[in-house]
Amino acid sequence: MITFDSVSKRFADGTTAVDSLSLEVPDGEIAVFVGPSGCGKTTTLRMVNRMIEPTDGIIEVDGKNILKEDPAELRRRIGYVIQQIGLFPHRTIRDNIGTVPGLVGWDKKRTRERVEELIEVVGLPEDSGDRYPHELSGGQQQRVGVARALAVDPPIMLMDEPFGAVDPIVRTRLQEEFLRLQQEVQKTIVFVTHDIDEAIKMGDRIALLSQGGRLEQYATPEEMLAAPANEFVADFLGGERGLKQLALISVRDVDARSGPVVTPEDTPARASEVAEDANTDWVVVVDDARHLKGWVSIDELNGQGNVGEGDIHAFSAEVHAGDSLRTALNAMVTSRTGVAARVGEGGVYEGIVTHKLINEELSKPAQHGQD
Amino acid sequence: MDWGWVQDHLGEIQSLFFQHAQFTLLALVYGFAIAFPLALAATRWPRLYTPILGLTGILFTIPSIALFMLMMPFTGPTATTCLIALTIYTLLVLVRNTVEGLKGVPREVREAAEAMGYRRFKQLFRVELPIALPVIIAGIRIAVVTTIGLVTITALIGFGGLGALFIDGFRQAFGTPIIVGFALSVLFAVAADLALVGVQRLLTPWARGGDSR
Repeated sequence: MITFDSVSKRFADGTTAVDSLSLEVPDGEIAVFVGPSGCGKTTTLRMVNRMIEPTDGIIEVDGKNILKEDPAELRRRIGYVIQQIGLFPHRTIRDNIGTVPGLVGWDKKRTRERVEELIEVVGLPEDSGDRYPHELSGGQQQRVGVARALAVDPPIMLMDEPFGAVDPIVRTRLQEEFLRLQQEVQKTIVFVTHDIDEAIKMGDRIALLSQGGRLEQYATPEEMLAAPANEFVADFLGGERGLKQLALISVRDVDARSGPVVTPEDTPARASEVAEDANTDWVVVVDDARHLKGWVSIDELNGQGNVGEGDIHAFSAEVHAGDSLRTALNAMVTSRTGVAARVGEGGVYEGIVTHKLINEELSKPAQHGQD
Repeated sequence: MDWGWVQDHLGEIQSLFFQHAQFTLLALVYGFAIAFPLALAATRWPRLYTPILGLTGILFTIPSIALFMLMMPFTGPTATTCLIALTIYTLLVLVRNTVEGLKGVPREVREAAEAMGYRRFKQLFRVELPIALPVIIAGIRIAVVTTIGLVTITALIGFGGLGALFIDGFRQAFGTPIIVGFALSVLFAVAADLALVGVQRLLTPWARGGDSR
């Protein structure tokens, strides 16, 4: 656990970077510090490993005042990842990752084994150990940065815009991989970003700071989106708050409707009956094992012997239990049927996600804010 | 070109060459021993950089013969005089390249090293100096080649290595020693420079084939 108790930082030129900040980062959670530039988020992060010393207040890590510790010793127990990565250009990837083990005096064998393990954990090519940083792509370098920070398995990580320098596709992948990794390693993380979407995605909690280092709200992303503490928070969260909330709810959290389902053997008459019941002009087609075949329009079944002879269209987008409702909504708006088909393992049909379902989810009392 | 003369004076040529090499090496060693702490100080306290660079710059502009004459009352026509002068001329480029090399270490690399838990000296020797090495060696190369040239001038006060051959040649209006001195000092400079390139490639395998980013 990291505790900030009335922490302030005023620089020599009189500017206040952090103003009496008090908050706790619980064990195993990611606390994202987000805010406009000049809000003191990086300053706050750098106070945790004493790269910057606070002017006032106390910072504790697991109950111990960090100002009473030796800075170098303290830093070796805190992983550090920055946007510019800062790999050592003169050392191989293996030696970069082995930096902190070397500093704390691990023997060669133990370091080597740990490095090989990490190369695999962060998804680097097996042969990257002997390469130099400049031989790797930006995304790979950032993976090395993460591996280097994890080397001695520190309980705490500081990450300053760690995925800021890579292109959006790589960023999304690194974010998702990191979240998956975090489920295993359960680090206590302070994560800085200026991107509210990244904050919502990565944070177990979000600390939203404004100019001059004032803490405007510290809450889970769900709480913050549903109930922004003030105008500033609401503004910073931006438009599309509903969509952002949807991004936090996964398809598995809502009960999919069974939808109008027929098999290829059913007659057109049966299909139009099913469609009528569901108040649609199309039906979902599944086979005997309930594998999703697609959908057919009732109009197009005219004159066919059975559904199977009709023109079965694939759903433009299928969603899975782990997808977000935002993804489902996107699938809906691009689909002629106006719904998203949910499929499980092996392509088994699990139901449909409709606008109404999403509406209900957003208007649940627990999620409903003060607006 | 009188090959007979060369044959007769082989031993002398050899010892002149060794003297030349010795002066070069010593000037570089002394020069680096002075320049390195100055460069570290200038890196640590940037305010010192301009005065340090200014002083070594002024020393560098003093014509070599004038410098010998200035020192004559103190150290006389000795090897010491030669070495002091040669050392002084290496300072500017050695200080400048060492400082610039250290300044060229990317900020994020220094920051990362600090955040990993390096203490100051270890960080300097394990991270910053290795990264600055190509620029420092570039400075050493210039200093070495310059010094090899300058040693020939110290022949004027009697300790010139291969430069002694020039003076002999001029005095006797005899071309062979001049050609031999010229060829050997050029060959020496080229060989020393190539050797340093080799040393650099050996010490900085990571700098090959591209930029660090």
